[in-house]
Amino acid sequence: MNLLELQRRMAEDVRRPLTVDWEMRRETAEGESVEAIAQSYVKPNDRLSSFERLEIYNRQYWFRVIGAVSEDFPALNALLGEKRFDAMVLAYLREIPSTSWTLRDLSGKLPEWLQVHPEFTGRRHQLALEIAKLEWAYVESYDGRRLEPLAAEDMRAIGPETCLTLQPHLQLLAMAYPVDELVLAVRKDTPETEMVSSASMMKKEVKRMKLPAMRKKAVWLAVHRYDDVVYYRHIDREAYALLTALREGKPLAEALGIAFEKSRLTPEEQAAKIREYFAHAAELGWFCKSEDEATAVPVQ
Amino acid sequence: MPANRFNAFTDYGVGIGLRVPHYDHILTKKPVVDWFEIISENYMVDGGRPLRLLDQILDQYRVVQHGVSMYFGSAQALNRDHLKRLKELTKRTKTPWLSDHLCWGSVDGRYTHDLLPLPYTFEAVKTTAERIRQVQDYLEIPIAVENVSSYAEYHESEMTEWEFLNEVVHAADCGILLDVNNIYVSSQNHSFDPMTYVDAIPAERVAQIHIAGHSKFEKYILDTHDHPVLDPVWGLYALAIERAGPTATLLEWDDNIPSFEEVHAEALKANRYLKAAEAAAVGGVTAEGVGQVAQVVA
Repeated sequence: MNLLELQRRMAEDVRRPLTVDWEMRRETAEGESVEAIAQSYVKPNDRLSSFERLEIYNRQYWFRVIGAVSEDFPALNALLGEKRFDAMVLAYLREIPSTSWTLRDLSGKLPEWLQVHPEFTGRRHQLALEIAKLEWAYVESYDGRRLEPLAAEDMRAIGPETCLTLQPHLQLLAMAYPVDELVLAVRKDTPETEMVSSASMMKKEVKRMKLPAMRKKAVWLAVHRYDDVVYYRHIDREAYALLTALREGKPLAEALGIAFEKSRLTPEEQAAKIREYFAHAAELGWFCKSEDEATAVPVQ
Repeated sequence: MPANRFNAFTDYGVGIGLRVPHYDHILTKKPVVDWFEIISENYMVDGGRPLRLLDQILDQYRVVQHGVSMYFGSAQALNRDHLKRLKELTKRTKTPWLSDHLCWGSVDGRYTHDLLPLPYTFEAVKTTAERIRQVQDYLEIPIAVENVSSYAEYHESEMTEWEFLNEVVHAADCGILLDVNNIYVSSQNHSFDPMTYVDAIPAERVAQIHIAGHSKFEKYILDTHDHPVLDPVWGLYALAIERAGPTATLLEWDDNIPSFEEVHAEALKANRYLKAAEAAAVGGVTAEGVGQVAQVVA
């Protein structure tokens, strides 16, 4: 077995899902004996068989990745319960293994994946999905890029055909539930940690939490970063539509048309709203120079 | 000897790992600490709080980067995006040297996010050394490779772990981050004499030393970094210092992290050995005296 063959063999073995008791499986999905596979390349010693030595790495892999996803999605974990959450992570990573050197990217496709896997969320599928989307938006906003905001003179130069760039850390979400209340309640009780270290991992118990009751109520959220703190800002439907259209690259006049397409507001009221949106966006630095024209601001 | 080309001729004393629970203490109390080691990957992001905090630390302290995902021993090409981001961070931190592990962790573009042991073969020596050289050339700073804790050995191995380490660092012409806790953990898991390992390393290549705690299970030891340093590990540290001279030393504590004061006090125990070694270097104490300190402490 050369180096590449050994690494392919072992990668497959350490990524194989564990049993419900967190033990290495005795057989592969194809019915091969894992014991025989382990014996083929791992030496036993006087205390541990080849299987048991390989099992340490199999368990380490799952403890680390489940820990990392759990850190990004504490509210989803609290909603689903530890058992179902862990099963979901196992299934997700079997289907979408990590292709990034950083654990930070591990959960990036989870909301999208969860959308087509209601078997892990049951009757609370939509709520779970929205929690997942908001928790991933938090991650993106937490360490996303911040470009140089438009200055007052740049704002004055804006016209109907201007295509405005939004801050990469600004995430826009339309929700059927006010999930920010639930996510904030869980985050309040979850200490900030770092998953990345060279230490071996033990399986961590997740503390049970009483979650606030959720009733359907449409909310539009702008998840953004200000002074290094991530905020969930409630915006109205029109502001959400406007910002979404701008993010899609539509010129300002077209974006405004989309935003107020079904609005019952009078033109005067619409004008007042637009002034309000732009005042808030300017204050929070949401409009920025594009990456091409701006020098990135490295900090914040 | 300790200030060598593998740590950019620096003399860094005793540091601790920079960890989230200690940020507030460090930034408000500004304790005197020789240096901090950061996990590079925690700061290889586009923006936000991690970089702001790092800049605040950099304003007041010396920082050395330690990575966990370069996987020098992976059999395929290096990840260019990873290298590019790492280089950006080295420019920010001005780390005098950079370390990562002598292990593998990715294959066919998929990542295990674990420090998997290499088979100790001549093929692995060649592959690993080539990759270390590529990283060193690209980053333009000295690289030190760290021996990992391991729980498995392979039939394919053609030499001992310390022979493998020697072969790799000679072929790559790089430094060593000698983790004496990892040596101890592996020695217990694979039944070898850890002193033989420490005695065999090329002392002139040791850029830095790691110390840490571990957890003992019924049939093996796990490198959990969640305890104080245990006596046998201090014993290995004493031998390493005796061989390499006073060397930049770093305590890793990554889980069940106690107060900053407790972690720092644990790290500063290393000074007993370093001072004895310094005295030995100027002729005040014999080299054997450093080892005797270990026995007294134990």
